[in-house]
Amino acid sequence: MLKLERCLISNGEFDLSADLEIEQGQRIAVIGPSGAGKTTLIEAIAGFRPLAQGRLFWQAEDLSEKPPGRRPVAMLFQDGNLFPHLTVAQNVGLGLRPDLRLDKAQQENVMRALSRVGLDGLEARKPAALSGGQQSRVALARVLVQGRAMLLLDEPFAALGPALKAEMLDLVAELADETGATLLMVSHDPDDARRIAGQVVLVAEGKAHPPVTTAELLDNPPPVLRAYLG
Amino acid sequence: MADRAQPLSPWPGILAATGVAALILGTLVAVVLRAEAGTGLGASDWAALRFTLVQASLSALFSVGLAVPVARALARRRFPGRRVLIALLGAPFILPVIVAILGLLEVFGRAGWVSQGLGLFGLEPIRIYGLHGVVLAHVFFNLPLATRLILQGWQEIPAERFRLAAQLNIEGASMFRLLELPMLRQVVPGVLAVVFAICLTSFAVALTLGGGPRATTIELAIYQAFRFDFDLGRAALLSAVQLILTGTAAFLALKVSLGEGFGGGLDRQVRRWDGRGSRVLDAVWILLAGAFLLLPLAAIVLSGVPGLLELPPVVVRAALTSVGVALVSTLILLLLALPMAAAVALGRAGAVEMSGILGLAASPLVIGTGLFIVIFPIADPFDFALPVTAVVNAVMALPFALRILVPRARAVVARYGRLGLSLDMGGWSFVRWVLLPRMRPQIGFAAGLGAALSMGDLGVIALFADPELATLPLQIYRLMGAYRMEAAAGAALLLLALSMGLFWLLDRGGRWHAEA
Amino acid sequence: MKHLAFAAGLLSATAAFAETRELTVYTYDSFVSDWGPGPAVEKAFEEVCGCDLKLVGAGDGAALLARVKLEGARSDADIVLGLDTNLTAAAAETGLFAPSGVRADYALPVSWEDPLFVPYDWGYFAFVHNADAAAPGDFKALAASDKKIVIQDPRSSTPGLGLLLWVKAAYGEDAPAIWEGLADNVVTVTKGWSEAYGMFLEGEADMVLSYTTSPAYHLIAEEDSSKAAAPFAEGHYMQVEVAGKLAATDQPELADQFLSFMVSDAFQSIIPTTNWMYPAVTPAAGLPEGFETLVTPEKSLLLPAADAAAVRDAALDEWLTALSR
Repeated sequence: MLKLERCLISNGEFDLSADLEIEQGQRIAVIGPSGAGKTTLIEAIAGFRPLAQGRLFWQAEDLSEKPPGRRPVAMLFQDGNLFPHLTVAQNVGLGLRPDLRLDKAQQENVMRALSRVGLDGLEARKPAALSGGQQSRVALARVLVQGRAMLLLDEPFAALGPALKAEMLDLVAELADETGATLLMVSHDPDDARRIAGQVVLVAEGKAHPPVTTAELLDNPPPVLRAYLG
Repeated sequence: MADRAQPLSPWPGILAATGVAALILGTLVAVVLRAEAGTGLGASDWAALRFTLVQASLSALFSVGLAVPVARALARRRFPGRRVLIALLGAPFILPVIVAILGLLEVFGRAGWVSQGLGLFGLEPIRIYGLHGVVLAHVFFNLPLATRLILQGWQEIPAERFRLAAQLNIEGASMFRLLELPMLRQVVPGVLAVVFAICLTSFAVALTLGGGPRATTIELAIYQAFRFDFDLGRAALLSAVQLILTGTAAFLALKVSLGEGFGGGLDRQVRRWDGRGSRVLDAVWILLAGAFLLLPLAAIVLSGVPGLLELPPVVVRAALTSVGVALVSTLILLLLALPMAAAVALGRAGAVEMSGILGLAASPLVIGTGLFIVIFPIADPFDFALPVTAVVNAVMALPFALRILVPRARAVVARYGRLGLSLDMGGWSFVRWVLLPRMRPQIGFAAGLGAALSMGDLGVIALFADPELATLPLQIYRLMGAYRMEAAAGAALLLLALSMGLFWLLDRGGRWHAEA
Repeated sequence: MKHLAFAAGLLSATAAFAETRELTVYTYDSFVSDWGPGPAVEKAFEEVCGCDLKLVGAGDGAALLARVKLEGARSDADIVLGLDTNLTAAAAETGLFAPSGVRADYALPVSWEDPLFVPYDWGYFAFVHNADAAAPGDFKALAASDKKIVIQDPRSSTPGLGLLLWVKAAYGEDAPAIWEGLADNVVTVTKGWSEAYGMFLEGEADMVLSYTTSPAYHLIAEEDSSKAAAPFAEGHYMQVEVAGKLAATDQPELADQFLSFMVSDAFQSIIPTTNWMYPAVTPAAGLPEGFETLVTPEKSLLLPAADAAAVRDAALDEWLTALSR
């Protein structure tokens, strides 16, 4: 269980408060108006933003002071998820060992993950030689080998076409199921939420609300969300 | 921002910066402590200060003002020989002063090529000696450096931005405002400060081209205080004035150069679609700058060829010594500059950048004397001639290395810092797998420049000279002092070739198999 | 490989001399250079002294004195070689030097009485020009002519200081007027001798401040008789280069032996074609062929060391004032 206990997150322009719990294994969409603080919330969970107040727990473990790489979190950003100068296999391998000293078993693990996301035979390529969808798959293969308990997505597929995006989201859902990871994804698109998220966290007016069932919220949106959804 | 998690520690860089500041200020303090009561600054010192400020400001303005169109032309144009031209542009900067002066005068002097050419048409020879001569010589030294640094700024603009601009049909002045002006606002102040600092400590060039004692600079006043009056206190005081002026310039440059970066790209080859209309203008700029910089080099090559064939073995030995010193010096330079660049990129800009630029402002005479005073009670300073030379050369090259490394380090940390953190790539892993590979071209360029500078610098070796272990620049001075001007010219050509060779190897090495 | 062999040679040499006495001589850089007198002097002295002669180069004469002052009585040096009469007053004032006791039959145009310092060579400052061009016969004629000259800065160069004192010794209170007259002849002023001489050879000026012995180099080493020194009617200022023994030396006898050796034939015959100056004591074999072609000034000018030190600062101010206009 992920628990944000009376948290206050400051991003310099406004404060965001969050006091909520998320069940292990849930798939959550974080939605809300533009600039409401969806990314701020995700960044705080990932450790890129310090908490001004409150505490953050995963199970019984207090994460509040942990650096990002030591949290049980894998994260995909809007862009820049791959190092252009490293090969596909190296980019994935970083998920296992940041110093890339992979042993045989770990190398096999990398190849398995690449195979799982459908990138057989592309391990020696550099990212620039891949399509947008393939680049996303490399990042997902890395998430797979990281094997972290939480997966945070900050709209990493925003640049992809609708069909490709849907394909990626389905792949994410499958991977989350296979690994049992808890998924939090920022989204602009209610269809994305309906597609893979069982619950929704609404971020609006300086507050991250506790999760509610996706269908419930979207079928009967509160005024602030209604204005945003149009 | 400051309390955000960072993939690296700034402390090694802060430590390096502290060491550099300690060397420069410590030697100054050593000189002050050794000084007996002397006189303060006199009227002639203030005159020297005024002249120094005027010539250094003008030299910086002209060098950088001319470098912008030249760099823009080089950034937009692809033509055969472009790489060679850019490599050769580094040459004036790394020449020993005396060689450069003689090369310049062979072209622009009273009996130089230009005057002779004018004479064919019955025109008066040009008058090179005066403030304009000082500025001309300093532009000769610094235009290439400024061009390289600004050109690098252009190359830091990701290919994606130019693609976008081309798509939007943005050209000429609009392109300049949209992409190039913001880049220049970030890059130019730092380059101005560096060139200003170099010209501040000019002495032989300013005096010779300035036409006499009107062109007395602070460095000459230091020289006078030291060897004519043996007034160490005044020498230290003047050196402190130089440091303060440079510190002020660096501070102002840092204040105005703040700006947003351009974000990252995907390492695509930069292609430009704009500027079809100004092809002629660009060509003119490139040709003019090329002629201005390459003619004196050609003069040096032509005078050097006859002497090259009969170089005495000691000169060859000195060349090997110089290469060794240059390589050690380059290593020290990188060990200082990389952590410092990282510290600046991590937001510790002010003090680290300031300490980095002090190396330029420090009078070699004062550093050398200070080191002598420090080492003498413990050991024979002559035993340390080469290591001291390597360290001082590295410190002198540090400001250039930082100008080259900092923008890129900033971009790398900004773009990949969070990704690295999320992958738990703390410290060394981030350096090994992200920072160093992403900065390879810049590291190569900085190393090449550092090595070449060290090759050409007479530096403190003249104060610590060991007859058995002379460097090549020292041997050139010795040959000249022994009337052997032809052999000296040959040795100068050898030095030029070796410096350029080292520069080329390291600079190319950085780009080898690199996509950027 | 050459480097390694060289290093090995150095090591074994150091080992072999570990037991022998060592005499350390501080001198100016061009003395120790491979084209200066240093290598030959070292070899010749070591043949007779059974010791190791260590020549250490430090800049030029003025830098040498600064160095001695910095090191004080704790200096490793036993001998300082390469000061000239413009520096000896300041050097004597340090109290670091001991009387030499050396007497010799000096070939100097002036009598030598200094108890501390022993002269080893000397020369006349002169303007060198191309032999095929007519040269002015004195400073006034030079000032009146349209000849262009390159000179060195007295603040950073030994010949530059020599010229300052030359004009002062010849004209005394009228020196400022002479400098004002020369101002439009001076193309530029350089940091050191090498820059100025290089510019002259490139054709930047008609004349350069150097020594009457400079043409000897071109004549003897290059078989080129195209350079000449212009004799000036006022007389020529002299530079006398000297050596002195440091009072704190740990090798007083060896130091005395070196100073005596310095005025002997073995040392003196090396000087003319390595330092390109007149030897202080004419060697038995006479001067090398070619030296007889040099101009011999009718009058030798030399301010006594104490006077040189006294007029220096005022002369510099006059020079700066005249040339800064």
